Amino acid sequence: MSEILLRTGQLTFAYPERASSLFGRPAMREVVKRVDLAIPRGSVLGLVGESGSGKTTLGRLLVRLLQPTSGGIQFDGIEIGNLSEEKLRPLRARIQMIFQDPQSSLNPRLRLGVTLTRPLQVYGRLKGRQDRRDRAAALLDLVGLPKGFVDRYPHELSGGQRQRAGIARALALEPDFIVADEIVSGLDVSTQAHILLLLRELRARLGLTMVFISHDLSVVRVLCDDVAILQHGELVEYGPVARIFNSPQHPYTRQLLSAIPLPDVEPGWLDDASPIVPSHQQGSAA
Amino acid sequence: MTAVLAVQDLHVAIGPRGKAANVLRGASLEVQAGEVRGLVGESGAGKSMLGRAVLGLLPANAVVQSGTIQFEGRDLLAMPEPERRSLLGRRIALIPQDPMTSLNPVKRVGAQISIMLRHHLALSKREALERATELLTEVAIREPRRVLDLYPHEISGGMRQRVLIAMAFACDPSLVIADEPTTALDVTVQRQVLQLVERLRQRHGAAILFVTHDLGVVAKICRTMTVLHAGRVLEDGETADVLVKPRHPYTRALLAATPRADRPAEALRPVPPALIESLWSEAHRLDRLAVAGPA
Repeated sequence: MSEILLRTGQLTFAYPERASSLFGRPAMREVVKRVDLAIPRGSVLGLVGESGSGKTTLGRLLVRLLQPTSGGIQFDGIEIGNLSEEKLRPLRARIQMIFQDPQSSLNPRLRLGVTLTRPLQVYGRLKGRQDRRDRAAALLDLVGLPKGFVDRYPHELSGGQRQRAGIARALALEPDFIVADEIVSGLDVSTQAHILLLLRELRARLGLTMVFISHDLSVVRVLCDDVAILQHGELVEYGPVARIFNSPQHPYTRQLLSAIPLPDVEPGWLDDASPIVPSHQQGSAA
Repeated sequence: MTAVLAVQDLHVAIGPRGKAANVLRGASLEVQAGEVRGLVGESGAGKSMLGRAVLGLLPANAVVQSGTIQFEGRDLLAMPEPERRSLLGRRIALIPQDPMTSLNPVKRVGAQISIMLRHHLALSKREALERATELLTEVAIREPRRVLDLYPHEISGGMRQRVLIAMAFACDPSLVIADEPTTALDVTVQRQVLQLVERLRQRHGAAILFVTHDLGVVAKICRTMTVLHAGRVLEDGETADVLVKPRHPYTRALLAATPRADRPAEALRPVPPALIESLWSEAHRLDRLAVAGPA
């Protein structure tokens, strides 16, 4: 058991730009650039950046939904960056992801009981029908949903309930490591607070190690031990939550912090000296 | 002095008869000339419905049951349809929530702005183009001529929102309904967009009803605010007073549930079950009754 559960070294991901000519080799566009992370077991890392910063790509690399262009990812001492799908499979049960939009990541045609236990079925860990119902009920209970929801379809749930279901599915295989990608960004403050408190509780109960991807620094402060700030695919600042919030070093971190509208009346916030900079004229974010 | 907008005891129901849900249950509010009023609430509180009712854009299955909506002293609900239509976009404008879907994807930006200018202000093609260029310059878009020739998918989300803001203020409206205009944007872009809205408001002298769930945004741009919950107004007042000394327990709960970047984690307090959750269970209880109902 090493102290660091997940470590990346010079992790880089690039994809080919649209080729300018039919035969020319397409230029590569780096969206994650030489990122070094070390995530201690049982800790939560907040991964923060704006649209297009590469945070989702980095998250997908960590769960190996993408293969790095260069650099490595060590999970519990095993190099998984270039592992074949076959060799990766036993590890996949220990690495899970919670997706941003539970509306589209839950199969609308399946009852929750089936969706939640599908991972168990895939790994052959289900013993018949009754076991499925029991396991599903236990998972629902774990995330604070009524057991009766096993027979519900996703459209019968509210946004917050659906997000809880997404969390339950990620927990089905009792993973060590979870990447949660913007899972509270579409929610109301009160629903959001409930989900954040749930994650905090689950983390303490199950000893989870998590990467929590968000564009919202206030949310990160509630849940995370460390924060990594990403800009244009590069890690610009990385450290403990208290340090980064109390004395941010990088100008970009300071800019992000000052742009958060706190619920305090502050005359002058709108006519701040900082000029209105037109955003990029081209292209929306990835 | 009459208010630009006065909503009185508005009741709106949505859904089939007998099973209709009351989304607004006696909501009242006023917006004075030049005022920016925040309309705050969670999903399902009815805040967007109120904005839509003012614009006459309620969904087809929604009915205004009672109440009045006065715009500059005239009742919008009693007004003949053509007259009301002539106000929309010209005297009452909308900044929509979603910059991704609010522009027509198959029309160039310039064409979308000029069709509106030509309709409301009876400008010639050439004049409309001139005015559209000015408008984009006003919202800090560089190379406005080039942007007018682009399609919505060729510009960023922040820029699309700027285009929509430019269109909202184009005809010097006296009331702008802003429906969560910055929810989809990054914080740094959000700040620029809020600065822009404030600048245009001052220049054009419009009043704004700013619909949002974000108390932070309200604190920065709204002088007054109305808290809506389950279709009713719970609290109403100067933003500075409401945020510092909320009178209603619900407003206090909302504030306590808002995570703050300037405070450590412990500050976040548990809140009563989210409104939307109870609304959903209620809706499904009704559905089940209807299904199980008369055999």
